[in-house]
Amino acid sequence: MAGLAAVFGSGAMTNSLPEIENHDVIFVIGSNTTETHPIIGLKMKKAVRGGADLIVADPRKIDLVRFSSIWLQHRPGTDVALLNSMMYVIVKEDLLDKKFIETWTEGFGSLKESIASFTPEEGERITGVPAENIIRAARLYGNAVRPGIYYTMGITQHSHGTDNVCSIANLALMTGNLGRESTGVNPLRGQNNVQGATDMGCIPDFYPGYQKVALPGVGKKFEKAWGTKLSDRPGLTATEMTIAAGEGKLKAMYIMGENPVMSDPDMNHTIETLKKLDFLIVQDIFMTETAELADVVLPAACFAEKDGTFTNTDRRVQRVRKAVEPPEEAKEDSLIIIELAKRFGYEIGADLIEDVFHEAGELWPALAGITYKRIAKAGLQWPCPTLNHPGTPYLFKGGFPRGKAAFSAIKYLPPAELPDNSYPFLLSTGRQLFQYHTGSMTRRMDAFCDVSPDAFIEVHPEDAEKLDVVDGDIVKVTSRRGSIEVRAFISGRPSRGVVFIPFHYREAAANVLTSSFLDPVSKIPELKVCAVRLEKTEG
Amino acid sequence: MVNLTIDGKKVRVRKLSTLLDAAGKLDIPIPTLCHHPALSPFGGCRLCLVEVNGSPKPVAACTTFAKEGMEVVTSNPRLEKMRRTTLELILSDHPQDCMVCERAGDCKLQELAYFYGIRENRFKGERRIYEKKDGNPFLVRDMEKCILCGKCVRICDEIQGVGAIDFAYRGMKTKICPPFERDLDCEFCGQCVSVCPTGALTGRMWANKGRQNFKEVDTICPYCGCGCNITLHIWRNKVRRVSSREDTPNEGWLCAKGRFGYSFINHRHRLKKPLIRIAPKEKDEGRGRKEEINPSSAPRPSAIFREASWDEALDYIAVRLKEVKEKHGQDAIGGLSSARCTNEENYLFQKFMRAVIGTNNIDHCARY
Repeated sequence: MAGLAAVFGSGAMTNSLPEIENHDVIFVIGSNTTETHPIIGLKMKKAVRGGADLIVADPRKIDLVRFSSIWLQHRPGTDVALLNSMMYVIVKEDLLDKKFIETWTEGFGSLKESIASFTPEEGERITGVPAENIIRAARLYGNAVRPGIYYTMGITQHSHGTDNVCSIANLALMTGNLGRESTGVNPLRGQNNVQGATDMGCIPDFYPGYQKVALPGVGKKFEKAWGTKLSDRPGLTATEMTIAAGEGKLKAMYIMGENPVMSDPDMNHTIETLKKLDFLIVQDIFMTETAELADVVLPAACFAEKDGTFTNTDRRVQRVRKAVEPPEEAKEDSLIIIELAKRFGYEIGADLIEDVFHEAGELWPALAGITYKRIAKAGLQWPCPTLNHPGTPYLFKGGFPRGKAAFSAIKYLPPAELPDNSYPFLLSTGRQLFQYHTGSMTRRMDAFCDVSPDAFIEVHPEDAEKLDVVDGDIVKVTSRRGSIEVRAFISGRPSRGVVFIPFHYREAAANVLTSSFLDPVSKIPELKVCAVRLEKTEG
Repeated sequence: MVNLTIDGKKVRVRKLSTLLDAAGKLDIPIPTLCHHPALSPFGGCRLCLVEVNGSPKPVAACTTFAKEGMEVVTSNPRLEKMRRTTLELILSDHPQDCMVCERAGDCKLQELAYFYGIRENRFKGERRIYEKKDGNPFLVRDMEKCILCGKCVRICDEIQGVGAIDFAYRGMKTKICPPFERDLDCEFCGQCVSVCPTGALTGRMWANKGRQNFKEVDTICPYCGCGCNITLHIWRNKVRRVSSREDTPNEGWLCAKGRFGYSFINHRHRLKKPLIRIAPKEKDEGRGRKEEINPSSAPRPSAIFREASWDEALDYIAVRLKEVKEKHGQDAIGGLSSARCTNEENYLFQKFMRAVIGTNNIDHCARY
C-alpha cells in the first residue's frame, strides 16, 4: 500500500475482477493466486483459455504454472533484480510508451540510469532465471496491449517490500500500462476486508480515506466532525507496537479480531511482548492463541451475525447481511465499541449501522455516493462521489491523484537474512487452499482438517536425499529464533535449497522461525525469507 | 448479424449464436439438461431438439448455429413426443426416490418429469447399480442418479482447470469418475455440485439438513479478498448450506472454503460470554502446546478465565484503560483492528482509539 500510494497517490487494485478475462498478458509475481484467491485464479484461467499469455514469477512451481507461457523461477527475495533486468530489455528493445512517460510521469531519467547495468545476464546471475526467459517475458509484457500485473504478499512481505512494489510500478509506467480497462497494477488483498479496514483509517498515519493525521487541515476537519481534540502524531504500526510493548513503552492493547501470535513473525518474541502488557483486551469469535494471553476476552459476532459492508480487493463495497443470531451473549463488534465508548462519556455512533457508513462517507468523498439501498443487489466500486455516480471499475483514467506518477530508481538489495553454513536453507511461508490464515475458523471444521490435517515442510527431492529424509518423516526445523518439528513433504514445487511451510498450524507454527526484519517504509516484516536448518529426528 | 424465424417470430442475433441463444432472446423456452451458458455446448441430452426448414431430422438447438433465413419450430406434437420418450428413457435408469433425495424440489429432471406428467414408465428394465464410496468430506456422488449430462466434467475442466473427472467405459456402463475409478481427490470447489441437474452430486454437509422453507440471505464470503457474493440458506437460526448466484462478480463460482466452510459459525468453541482473567500469565501460555494438535481439543479456558457480565467486563476495561492513560499517557495504548470485520466496525474502532483514547496507535494486519 505504502509503495503504490507513494508512486501514484493511491494504493489499491487499479482494475477489477470482471476485467481480468480481457487481459492479453497477465504477469503474476509473488502470488499463489489459485490457492489464496481461488476465484481470481479462475478468472485468470478464463483469460488464458481466451488466448491470453500468462507469465508466472514464483520461486515455487505453484499450480498456476500449469497455465503459464513462461515460468520465471527466481530465488526468493530477488524480485527487484528480476524486474530491473526485464526493464533493461524493454528499454533496450524500445518497447517504451514514450508519450505516456512524457505526459504522466517524472523521474524516468534516473530510473533508466539505475537499470543500465541490469543486463539479462546480470539478472540471471542474481535470480537464477535463464537470461533468455527474462528477455521473453520482457518482450511479452512490453508488447502487450492490455496487460495486468498481479501480486500479493510474495512481493510485499520482504525487508525490501516497498522496493519490490515500486519496481512493479516502474515496469507498468514505462510501458504506459495503467489507466485503461483491463490494464494496470493489481495488489490482491488477502482478507475479506483488508481494503475496507485500510480505507476506514485503521492505519496509524491516516484518517479514513487516506487523509494524513499530520496535516493540520485534516485534523481540524475530523476534530469538528467528532467533537473532540485529536492527536496529530502518527501512531505506531502493528509491528512497532510489538516492539514498543517489548520495551515497556506500550502498556495496554485492544485487539479486535486479530491473532498476532500466529500471524506475526518470531512467535516466541510476540508472546513475550504481549505478556509484558499491563492490560490486554481481545475481542474475537474464538479463544485464539492471542486471546489466551488477554486480561479480558470479549465474545464477538461473526460475519453471518451482523449487518454492514465489506470492501473487497477490487474496491467493491458490498453488503453484508445478518442471517442468524450470535450465540448466547456474543455481540456485534460495533455494539461493543459503542457501549465501551459510553463508559468514557462519548457517544461514538448512531443507532443504525448504516449511519456509521454515511458518517464515513461524509468524511471521505470517495464513498459519499454509496448507500445501502444502492448496493442492495450489487456492490459499487469506490471512488463513487455522488448518488448518481456509477462507481469506478478501473483507476487512473486520465491521470494520477498526485499529478504525475513518480519513477523510483531501485537498487537491488538481498534479503536481510540469507542461508549460510549454519542455516543452509531458505524458508518461505504462505497459505494453502484448504486452510485460512491463523486457522481459528478452518481448523475447527472437521471437513477441512480431513483434507489438510497438519503442517508440512516442502523439501526438494535432492535436498531430501542429502538429508536422508523420506516423505512423511518428521524433521526439526531451526532458525535463529526457534525451532519446530514438522512432517516432510517431498515435492518438486520449491527449487533446491528452498523450503516452504504454511503458517496455519499452531502446533508447528511457521512464525516461530520467521524473522522480524521490517521494510523501512511500510514496516512489513520479512515473512517470505529467512534462513533455517533441517535435521531428521529420531523415530 | 443473422436473421431467422423461430416459431413464427423474427429475431436478429450475432453470428455464431446457437438456436438456443436465439430462442432465449425471444424468451421461448426449450428444455435442456446438459446445457450451461458458461460451458462449451455438448448436445448430449437430446431434449433441445428442434425442427429446421430443409433438415429432415430434428437438430439439437444447443449445438446448431443460427443461419440467415432459418425457420425453426421449437414445439409440435412430434418434438414433444420425442422429448417425452427421451425423458422416459433417462428416468428408466434413475432411482425413483425423490422423496428422500437432497435435490427434490430443486432438480431439473424432476421438474421436466413433472411438466411432461411422467409417472409410469414404458421402459422398465435393467438399472445401473453403483456403490457410493467416496471418503471425502465435501462431496457425495450418487452415480445411480447421474444422467451423464457431462456438466461436471466440463466445469471441472473448462472453468476450474482441474480435470479431476471424465467419462469412462461405454454404453450402459458409461460413468463419470476420477482416473482409474479412484476416490475423488480434487480442489473440492463444488463447482460440479452447483451445476449438477439432479441429485447425483450434493454437499455431504447438507445431507438431511432440510430442503424446504430456507430463508435465503445474500451476503459476502468471509474468507479471502475476492469478495464473492454468497447466499446463506438458513433454517432455524442455522446456516444449512451456501450457494452463489450466477449474476454476481464471481459468476456463481466459489472455492471449498466459500462453499463448504461455514460450520465454524455454530462451533461449540465460539466465545459466548465475556471472560476476565483469574490466573497469572503462565510462562508457556499461548505457545501452541504440543498436546493440542487440533485446536478443537484445546482445554476450556475455565482455569484461566471466569465468566462475567457485559457490564462488569466493560466497566473493568474502562477503569483499566483510564488508569493506563492517566499514568502513562494516551500513546501507551494501542489498538489492532480487524480485516475480518466490517467497514462500519473498523470505522468505529479507529474512531474509538482516536477520539476516545486520543492516540493514532491503530493498525490492522494489512502487513500480514
